[in-house]
Amino acid sequence: MTEAEYRAVFIAELVNVAPDLDPATIAGTDHIQDDLELDSMDVLNLVAALHKRLDLSIPEVDYPRIETPDKAAAYLAQQLG
Amino acid sequence: MGVFAMPSLGADMEAGTLVEWLVRPGDTVTRGDIIAVVETQKGAIEIEVFETGTVKRLEAEVGQKLPVGAPMAVILAEGEEMPAVSAGPQDDSSPGTDASQAERGPRPARASGGETSTVPPAATAPSQAVSSSGSLRVSPAARVAAAERGVDLAGLKGTGPGGAIVLADVEDAAAAAPAPQETVTDPRAEMRKAIGAAMAKSNREIPHYYLFHRIDLQAATDWLASANADRPPETRLLMGALFLKATALAAQQASGINGHYLDETFEPAAAVNVGLAVAMRGGGLVTPAIRDTDSLSLDALMQAMRDVTARVRSGGLRSSEMTMGTLTVSALGDNGVDALAGVIYPPQVALVGFGTPRARPMVRGTRVVARQSVDISLAADHRASDGRLGARFLARIDEFLQTPEAL
Repeated sequence: MTEAEYRAVFIAELVNVAPDLDPATIAGTDHIQDDLELDSMDVLNLVAALHKRLDLSIPEVDYPRIETPDKAAAYLAQQLG
Repeated sequence: MGVFAMPSLGADMEAGTLVEWLVRPGDTVTRGDIIAVVETQKGAIEIEVFETGTVKRLEAEVGQKLPVGAPMAVILAEGEEMPAVSAGPQDDSSPGTDASQAERGPRPARASGGETSTVPPAATAPSQAVSSSGSLRVSPAARVAAAERGVDLAGLKGTGPGGAIVLADVEDAAAAAPAPQETVTDPRAEMRKAIGAAMAKSNREIPHYYLFHRIDLQAATDWLASANADRPPETRLLMGALFLKATALAAQQASGINGHYLDETFEPAAAVNVGLAVAMRGGGLVTPAIRDTDSLSLDALMQAMRDVTARVRSGGLRSSEMTMGTLTVSALGDNGVDALAGVIYPPQVALVGFGTPRARPMVRGTRVVARQSVDISLAADHRASDGRLGARFLARIDEFLQTPEAL
């Protein structure tokens, strides 16, 4: 997958855990907690969803590396690419 | 049971709009069954029945706005007589055309407080959700958008988790059919108004006192990190679960903190059902309660927290969850501020606030060291307890958090 495809996967799963988000309005630099208002349970659900979809178990210490869609796309591409 | 009345689903609820009946006259219902869906300022709530019986008559029509305490249905246990009360309000209303009649209807009998219809039994049979399949699951944002744009939710197909109607569904529908010009009510403003009214009542009537305490969270933080290191994301624990469990265990031993103040009397609760404050995106919050919080393992508690959070997001909270809370926990999460001073959610008598955990300088022996810590607070009702008991309660939470492996 390309970085753009990882970004799309990330945003799809993001919208799944937070159905109120409108994917069209999510910016690549939006912080998932500060800007998109995910709480810690939402973040955990997102990490679990990514685990299921991509078979990548993101350790807690790496959570800062998926805090925006841009960072997450780069991180996922690096880990799985 | 007789007349089944519109339940009060919290101090901030005055009325609810019947969205859907899930039973018909002649149906038998068992305690815990969901019989209706009622829309409140906090989204659609699944209304449970708390006695077993047969539905004799439905008094309320879908779309009707009913004040708390207004008759919704007549449900009789075997051998029970038709109650005389039901001859009242519904006779003169041709249902559906006369919502204003219902709005002028009987005032909620809340002053007497004892109306058991609003308080589910303390016994713990888990609700046998008839299956929520028949009910409408709608995310709060979708609900707001639907009201703003005049989209009828009943006509929509949900594409969200579990078939929930989400914002995109409403927008698609709104795009397909041009919205009517007028906007009746803004649910967001309604919710703000409801929260405002409940909190004003709380601040007016409850003599709050406040206590604050800083807890060394290093042991809990280290334990959690090592416990989670071995776990896949699905089974990882959150610090919030430790907070909830420690609070529930401390509440077992602090009766002036855990219970309800009704009829000028404090009634301690036997069970500890912690209400978890969950913020809604776009504003507002809901505090669904987790039954017997003190007896759940951390894994079970995580599961329960995940479950209620999901239903705050996509709809499907149950009436019992809105009413059985015996105290509230509000945790600010990872990216918040240091501390909060809460406003008690009546008829509860206490709210425990957890600030955002962070590393702070703390004195250990004669040295200043960096330790992970959290500032917690208690807002409690002076009619039910004093500062000494409150202080002991916070100190107990601290103690429990020092041995996280035992939680």
